[in-house]
Parts: sequence; C-alpha cells; structure tokens
Amino acid sequence: MNINRREFLKASVALGGGLSLEFSFPLVAKAAIASKAPVTEVNAWVVIHPDDQVVVRIARSEMGQGTYTALAQLVAEELDCDWAKVSSEFASPNEHIRRKRIWGSMSTGGSQGVRSSQDYVRKAGAAARMMLVNAAAARWKVAATECTVERGVITHGPSRRSLRYGEVAAEAARLQPPQDIPLRDPKDWKIAGKSMHRLDIPDKVMGKPVFGVDVVLPGMLHASIAQCPVFGGKLKSVDASVAEKMRGVKKVVREGDFVAVVADSWWRADQALQKLRIEWDAGANSNVSSETITAMLRDGLADPKLPQARKVGDGDTAMAAAARVIEAEYSSPYLNHATMEPQTCTAWLKPEGFLEVWTSTQDGEASMAAAAATAGLPLEKVEVHKMMLGGGFGRRGGPQDFVRQGVRIAMALPGTPVKMMWSREEDMQHGFYRPASMVRMKAGLDAKGNLIAMHTRIACPSILKVLMPQAMGNGAIDFTAVRSFTDMPYAVPHQQVDYAMRNGHVPVGFWRAPGQQNSFYRECFIDELAVAAGKDPVEYRRAMLKPDDRNRLVLEAAAKAAGWGTPLPQHIHRGVAVSDGFGSFAAMVAEVSVGAKGTLKVHRIVVAIDSGHVVNPDTCRAQAEGNVIYGLGTIINQENRVKNGRIVESNFHDFPLPQISDMPKVETVLVPTGGFWGGHGEPAILPLVPAVCNAIFAATGKRVRSLPLKSQLSQA
Amino acid sequence: MLKLNVNGKQHQVDVEPDMPLLWVLRDHLGLLGAKYGCGVALCGACTVHVDGAPVRSCVVPASAAVGKAVVTIEGLGGSGLHPLQAAWIEHEVPQCGYCQTGMIMSAAALLAKTPKPSDADIDQAMTNLCRCGTYTRVREAIHAVAAKPAAAKKAQGRAP
Repeated sequence: MNINRREFLKASVALGGGLSLEFSFPLVAKAAIASKAPVTEVNAWVVIHPDDQVVVRIARSEMGQGTYTALAQLVAEELDCDWAKVSSEFASPNEHIRRKRIWGSMSTGGSQGVRSSQDYVRKAGAAARMMLVNAAAARWKVAATECTVERGVITHGPSRRSLRYGEVAAEAARLQPPQDIPLRDPKDWKIAGKSMHRLDIPDKVMGKPVFGVDVVLPGMLHASIAQCPVFGGKLKSVDASVAEKMRGVKKVVREGDFVAVVADSWWRADQALQKLRIEWDAGANSNVSSETITAMLRDGLADPKLPQARKVGDGDTAMAAAARVIEAEYSSPYLNHATMEPQTCTAWLKPEGFLEVWTSTQDGEASMAAAAATAGLPLEKVEVHKMMLGGGFGRRGGPQDFVRQGVRIAMALPGTPVKMMWSREEDMQHGFYRPASMVRMKAGLDAKGNLIAMHTRIACPSILKVLMPQAMGNGAIDFTAVRSFTDMPYAVPHQQVDYAMRNGHVPVGFWRAPGQQNSFYRECFIDELAVAAGKDPVEYRRAMLKPDDRNRLVLEAAAKAAGWGTPLPQHIHRGVAVSDGFGSFAAMVAEVSVGAKGTLKVHRIVVAIDSGHVVNPDTCRAQAEGNVIYGLGTIINQENRVKNGRIVESNFHDFPLPQISDMPKVETVLVPTGGFWGGHGEPAILPLVPAVCNAIFAATGKRVRSLPLKSQLSQA
Repeated sequence: MLKLNVNGKQHQVDVEPDMPLLWVLRDHLGLLGAKYGCGVALCGACTVHVDGAPVRSCVVPASAAVGKAVVTIEGLGGSGLHPLQAAWIEHEVPQCGYCQTGMIMSAAALLAKTPKPSDADIDQAMTNLCRCGTYTRVREAIHAVAAKPAAAKKAQGRAP
C-alpha cells in the first residue's frame, strides 16, 4: 500500500475542508498536509514522508500515561531514524478490523500499553528498517550486508553512497517483510530508555482541540443527559413541555434508562435538561444505603462456606499452635474515577449508513464494537476516531456506556452529528466504582514473632462479574478481588484466602490498579504484626522475602534512598510498604506528620520501582507522582456513599481532589533489573496507601483500618 | 447581541446574557482550550483572564465580560508560546493535559501579579484541580519561569 487510506483521507479533508473539519482531525500528520506529497506506509506501524518525517501508528490510547510517546520510541529505536522527525498518530479501529487486527490489542489498561506491545512494535520498527536497507541495496545493486544505517540515512560504505529513508520508502514498501527480525539489546538503546519529550504535550499546552469534548463537526448539535439516579432504574415518563420551548433546543431523546436534550450548544441543552420533569421507576434498589452495603459485606465475611482462593499448608493446626494470634478487620468505600474530562461521545449516523464516532476511549476496538452493536451495523460500517483522554484510570475501557448512549442519541437524529457530554454530576453519580470491600485477617505468630499462618477472608463485589463475565467462567473467584493475598510474596508456610463475592447493585469497575485496596489491608496488617513482634517494619518484611525476590530489592532500595532508620525532625514519622503488580515491583517510604487538630501532612514519598526495562524514565517518574496524588485523595477524604439507592456525592465539593498544597515531595528511584517488562501506570499506587497509613500509626499510635480518614485523626 | 473582546479580536455573539463565558468561548467562538470540569467554579479547568484577572469562566455570565478584555489560552502567547507554555513543555508538566490550559492561565495571572512567587504564593493562587498529579511539575515550571528575568517580564507583559 503506497498512500494509505487514512493519510489520504486526512490530507484531502485538510486541503478541501474548512476549520471545522480540521477540528475533527486534530491528530493529523501535519507534514503530509504541509507538503501535499505522497506518504508511504512501509508497514502498519511505520509511515515515512519524502522529507523523512516518520509517523508511528499507535494502537493504544493516550490518557497522560505516555504510551503515545513510549511506543513511538520503541519503534524509532529499531527503525533507527531521527527522533526529531518522529510523530505519532492513532491507528484507525475500522482499518484495524479490515486488516485483521494488524495492530494487536487496542485495549489500554492494566499498565499494559508498553509491556504487552513492546515485542511486536519493536519488530515492526526493525522490519521497516530492514526493508528500507534492502530497498537501498537493491537500487545500488549491492549486498544489504554492506550497508549501514544511522538516524534515517542508509550508507553503502565501500562506494560512499547514501540515501535517506524518505528517498527509498516507496520501494521498501513493495518488498516482502523479513521473517527473521533480530532486536537490539536494550543496553544499546539510543532513543528508547531515554527521557524523550512527550509528543502530545505541545498541543495540550497550546489548548489545541485534542480531547473528546473538543470535537467540532459541520452542523453538529450538543447533548446533555440525565440517567436514572438509582442504578438499574428505568425512565417512566418525561414532561418536556417547558424544555422543548427553550432557546436552541432541537430534540428531547427518551430512552429506556436516560433522557437527553439535544440543542445547539451544550449549555442550552443542559439548561433545558434541568427543566424536564422526569419520573423514574427506581426499581428494586431504592432502599439500598451504605449501611445495607456494609451489612452485606459483613454478612459475606460471616459465611461459613466461602470458596477458597488460596490454600497452602494447614492453617488451622498452625493457628492453634501459634504463640500469638492477631486479628483485624479493614474496609474501604466505593470510589469514582473522577476523570477531569467527563464521559463524552460524538456520533454521526451518515445518510449512507456509515456511523462515525469520536470518543475518549481506553479501547478503540471496544468502542467500535459497542457502537456497531448499538446501531445494528457491521463493524466495517463503523469508524471510531480515538481522541486524547482527559483522564482514564480505568473508567473508559470496559464499560463503554457513554458510546452506547452517544450512538442512541445520534440514531434519534440521523444525519446530524451530536456531541454528548455528561455533566460532572452525572459523571460522579454514574460511575463504575472501585468496589467497596471488607476483609478480616487473622495471623498466627510463633514465639519469636514470625508469621507462620495467615487466614484472610475478603468480601468484595466482583469487577469481572460485572464487566467481563467471560473472564470469570464458572469460577467463583475474581482475581482482582483477592490479589495481594493470593500472590503474597512473603514466605508464610500456612495460608488461606476465602472470597465472598457480594455484588450489590452499584456498578463496579477497573479503578487504577484494580484490587489496590488489598495492598492497603495486607501491608498495614503486616505492619501491625511487626509492631506486635517488636520488630522494625522494613526488617520484618525483608526477613520474609527470598533474597532474589524483586520485592526485597525494591524494599531495600526504597529504605536506602529514604534513609530508613536515620533521625527525622521530631514531628515527622515514617511508614513503609511493598507491593508488586502490573508486571512491576514497588516499595515506598512515606514521611508524614499529624497536626494537633488531626491534620495529616505528607511531606515526602520515596518510591522504588523495578519494571525490568524502562522506556522513558521521566514518564515513569510522572506516573509515580500521579499515583501518589491519586492514592492520597483516597486517604484524606474521598468516598462515594449510597443513600436511597443512589450515590450521595455529586461534584468536587463533596468528592474533593487533593490540591497543589497537598502534594508531597516525591522521589522516584527506578531500579530496572532487565529481563522483563513491567508497567508504570499503576504499580506505585499499590504501596502508597499503606505506607502513609503506617506512617500515621508511627506518628499517632492510631491504626487506620478504614478509609477515608476524614475526622478519624482528630478523634484519636 | 453581545460584543466581546477575546484575544484582541471583537466578536458579536447572539447568546443569552447569562450564558457562561465558557460556553460562549467553546460552542459559539470555537475556542476550545478552556475546559468544562465541574460547572461550579471548583476545578479551574475553565480559567481565562478577564481584564487580566483569572476567572472561572463556567460561572461568569457572558454579559459580565462585555467591555472587558478576555484572554484565553489561545491568545496567551500572542503569535508564539508564552514562557509558561514553553516551561510546561520543558518540564513535561501535563499528563492527560485536560486541566493544564486552566492551570497555565492561573499561573500567568499569578506571575503577572507576583513575579517571584514563593511556594506559599503558589499554594494560594494555584487552586486548580488536577487528577493526574502534575502538581510537582506545575510548581517547578512556575519557579523556572520566575527565575528567568526576561521570561518573567514577558509573562507580566502578556497578562497585565
């Protein structure tokens, strides 16, 4: 394929279209349009322009985690091109399907973006380089082995001739892709492994329209929606007589579980929405409250016949023989993702029966499947334009509720593009929440305080049951609900983990590092045991970790960097935690103080992470900083309560986000040991909550066993 | 009809006087840099300047901006990058980037008033919310611009 369809489409749109169409394609390869020259797709990942500009196609989404740049670095590393000439663009989901899923997975979650595609994207870059070299060698009629490459220039040493990639790309694209594709040893990396500037940042600081909410199309209308406040409820009736007469209002769309007002601006749509008189059929759940949910979880813990998620050794005998038995109950509330950009979807059902969707999605293919199924169209007749996400954190992957709604609204106005955006209130009250959960942990210590038996009972809604039932099969265990206990790195001879799946009616979902609350429970409980044993919390953990365990490596690295054991100012106290997940290993030391009125101040966080390889160190540090603040909010004051079947909180006044003044100093120590590929989007949140809570104990003697803190410390 | 001066250009917009400035900018003038985040002045993603002062445009009625100079992220740097925008790129401040245009507008107003802000000044002025956790870099980038005499002067000039 010489000029690929998307490049051609975009170039022609930009040349012939006006401002509004340019807005709809903000991520175009600008060089193609400026030069009007043909571009060459060497392979699905690598597009080369005559002036040597390289466009790397990115299948994963970008929500601030840096994959849009890191994957381009990996491709460019193997391609051996000039990084200054590299840009990225999102791969088209429609083309992806038509080309038999050529770009691999489009799903962007689980800190998988780099680690699960590094192999094939590096091969794509290397294959393109080999084809370019072969094309140059063929033109010169010399052996490819006599040619060398540096920064996009191919040189035939013996004859001192050279060609640029842009000069041979068209010929290279016609060659057979190589079969055997050797990859560079990461120790020889020149582009990967370096803190390259992120490719998406300049547009973002200039306010370019890159996000889902920024889509503008000719004749486009705007929609604001109201969903039944009680999950699972239905629309009974709507009196739209006032709303329909309001300025700019074009249509009131009535669907089974939501109402939307469509108008010529979002504000007018939203003003009219508030004038609707809506009657909901709340269904069976209007009596559910946080109290009934707590009772449901506690009832789960008391169930004598729970399925076992793990069983090692003979816990009952060991527990009976233990010198000391320690028990504790911990709990956590539901939590909204609270992406800064509310859920949004623009959909346009075109007269020829083709559906176009623009959305901030963590999975372009899932968005396309949801859109196609909703519209009753085959996948070939749907295109999803992947926009930059104003935050994701797991909200915009599995559910795709916003895409189904956007498409349903567009189907009510065929031929007209409609941009739907949720208000903050809708977004706060219609999330797929981090599950509320409760655990009871019981530990048997020997006479020396060593942990010999641990029995954990976990009551927690199942994310998989809600979002990915196929992943559950007939099993009774959702691994996201039991992690950190079923895969505990500590050498404990007798272990049992029981799981009470208690789902309730509140939708749950993948919230940054799903199951991260278990790290809070486990690592705080381990701290309790260390205190009971009269041992240093770092040493207590270290003694239970095998010498070659990377958990031990990062624990030692964090302790060393933090100066564990060295004196601190009198009011500041340390806490530690270690946890692995998402392919990486993370340990953290938190330094906190608690004021006279119980006010928590986190002064310093030191986090050590081993992810095997590191593709962009600065982006990894940014992710650690992000994990710190994302976790800190859950400690201080964030929770979603339930009353009358609905979420109580509605905006940032009652679901507060930490501010700049809350941000501690974060020191990220990257200790990549090579040989494996771990993620960075989530691991650092795992030890954050327990490290801070353990430091709170060191400061106050108060053991925090349920979050958020709110006024717990002032009552201590 | 309301007459608005945005980024030095006069516009006539046929909107209700109580339509928030944010929505006039976004849906009527095609200036999409200011973002909706909460609609009630809690998050600051919609921050723009009105006569040099940072305002949360989601709660400022369009009529209140008549006869005043509105500056948005699109107009902050004139024909080039504002020193803060350059520093934001240099320090890799944004993650998702959604709140960052508002963050930069708040920072520009801060530097115009306080060319060498202390950490406490930054804490007080920069109440914009960021979910990704860019705060450390926001602070660094503001200090970096303040430390460059020429750049700080330009920053002042752009946001009186």
